[in-house]
Amino acid sequence: MTSALPPPEPRNQVDDPSSPVARFGADEPLMLDAGVPLAPWQIAYQTYGTLNAERSNAILVCHALTGDQHVANPNPVTGKPGWWTTMVGPSKPLDTDRFFVICANVIGGCMGTTGPASTDPRTGQPYALDFPVITIRDMVRAQAALIDRLGIESLFCVVGGSMGGMQVLQWAASYPERVFAALPIATAARHSAQNIAFHEVGRQAVMADPDWRGGRYLVEGTRPAKGLAVARMGAHITYLSEMALHRKFGRNYQDRSAPTFSFDADFQIESYLRYQGLSFVERFDANSYLYVTRAMDYFDLAAEHGGSLARAFKGSATRFCVISFSSDWLFPTADSRAIVHALNAAAASVAFVEVESDKGHDAFLLDEPEMFAAARGFIDAAARARGLS
Amino acid sequence: MEPGTSAPATAPPEGARLDFLLVADMVAPGSRVLDVGCGDGSLLALLRDRRGVDGRGIEISREGVNACLAKGLPVIQGDADTDLADYPDDAFDYVILSQTIQATRRPKVVLEHLLRIGRRAIVSFPNFGHWRVRLDLLLKGRMPVTDNLPYAWHDTPNIHFCTIRDFVELCREVGARMERAAALDAGGRPVRVALPWWAWNLLGEQGVFLLTRRESGPDR
Repeated sequence: MTSALPPPEPRNQVDDPSSPVARFGADEPLMLDAGVPLAPWQIAYQTYGTLNAERSNAILVCHALTGDQHVANPNPVTGKPGWWTTMVGPSKPLDTDRFFVICANVIGGCMGTTGPASTDPRTGQPYALDFPVITIRDMVRAQAALIDRLGIESLFCVVGGSMGGMQVLQWAASYPERVFAALPIATAARHSAQNIAFHEVGRQAVMADPDWRGGRYLVEGTRPAKGLAVARMGAHITYLSEMALHRKFGRNYQDRSAPTFSFDADFQIESYLRYQGLSFVERFDANSYLYVTRAMDYFDLAAEHGGSLARAFKGSATRFCVISFSSDWLFPTADSRAIVHALNAAAASVAFVEVESDKGHDAFLLDEPEMFAAARGFIDAAARARGLS
Repeated sequence: MEPGTSAPATAPPEGARLDFLLVADMVAPGSRVLDVGCGDGSLLALLRDRRGVDGRGIEISREGVNACLAKGLPVIQGDADTDLADYPDDAFDYVILSQTIQATRRPKVVLEHLLRIGRRAIVSFPNFGHWRVRLDLLLKGRMPVTDNLPYAWHDTPNIHFCTIRDFVELCREVGARMERAAALDAGGRPVRVALPWWAWNLLGEQGVFLLTRRESGPDR
């Protein structure tokens, strides 16, 4: 348990995170899809609950694009609650009284797992763009090394939304015998052209910021905060739905009753996006954003298996539950159905629910009773099947 | 409610149990089964627990899917009218369509899919040829509303009612061979065998059919 954290203060979360870290030396390289080994390297993680004697009750939570390992404890940088306290905790669907919940920062991240902001031991300076391009499969490989290190042979469940859901699918495809149950939420087996397009706009915003300095901003003492904030603003729109935007903001003015005829943030939605952009740059590294968005872009699970998604899951004994949200236009229900069809064609055990929600892609992080009910039913039944009390 | 797979066409839970037991009796132990319109998963759970069946389901309502998830059943939220096309040929030993065909938009297409996806199909449905239904229409001149068929004509998920005789004709059209057939009374008990079709059509409140594909194609 990690309820007592040190005060959120100037501590280099990149190299020395305020959470447990598994370190791998020069003799334990992480072999990357890009064809290069990464060594030494480290992966930062959090755990909640207790691993049982049989080591059979571990749940791995995979975080989304800009998430981190602090899934159910206050974030050491922002001081805000963990990003999935709706799902993870005592008596929550991922019940920490019964299960041993693990969440790790992804490779390429900036919260303690090796990424472009980490110090390159060869130069003593941040990797920046010398960091190799990573993939979802690399993220999963790094997690598997951590799970090995924790002495866990087989995970009871792997769960995650969005990019986390991609990792869930990759886990089930790469290590079927190590995944008893898989719960991919609001995700896809490949990143769509539209989503790659949005990511490219975000990356170009970062790289167009003069303070980015060809990626060497950490050495040069600048920060591409404006570019990264714009990237976040654009991305944030894609996480919501028009209905949700309309309900929350409409065309309402912010702190005024008439337009100023200027480019101030007259509208509430403008000031909301500016706030989202600014608060994001405080906790996230710009180069890390380039790398993790790229990892999502490259994700195409069928391509790894000769173009057949069903082949990725052939003979799998993993039980799957796929959840989508009706108003999610970033990872629409059709993407989830494609996964379900492939699992069916592979004769895998699969359940599927589309949750009715007007909150868009973000719904998986919010209070969605239908999602909780589906997740709880699936997890509890899987726990019975595995003989967990 | 949308027309689709979940429609509870008939209400009686006691009757449903006997009906399920009869269906379960038609399924070979240990086989792979797809239950189309599986509702809360009662039949699938029965098949799993009593016959050791590897069962899957399709259900249109979220409440039904959640109930299935809680029972540990792999059930997909979906619509029989559109989703069956995605299943490969011969994917299952049995495909079951229990009390659902009358709620589909295209019963014939659905039946063809059942025979393609499963090596056998089991179909049960309320018989609109039952004497009480006929009497209602004859005497009152109105669509029947009974305990078993509790919906008003304008507010029913059941859009394609048929009689046992109609169904037998549909089987002929799609080239299905009837391996076993039963008519059930109001309590879900089988009507004594060795009656001609017209008598079953009059006395049965439900029909239950075990079908196989006729390899030679439609019988004309």
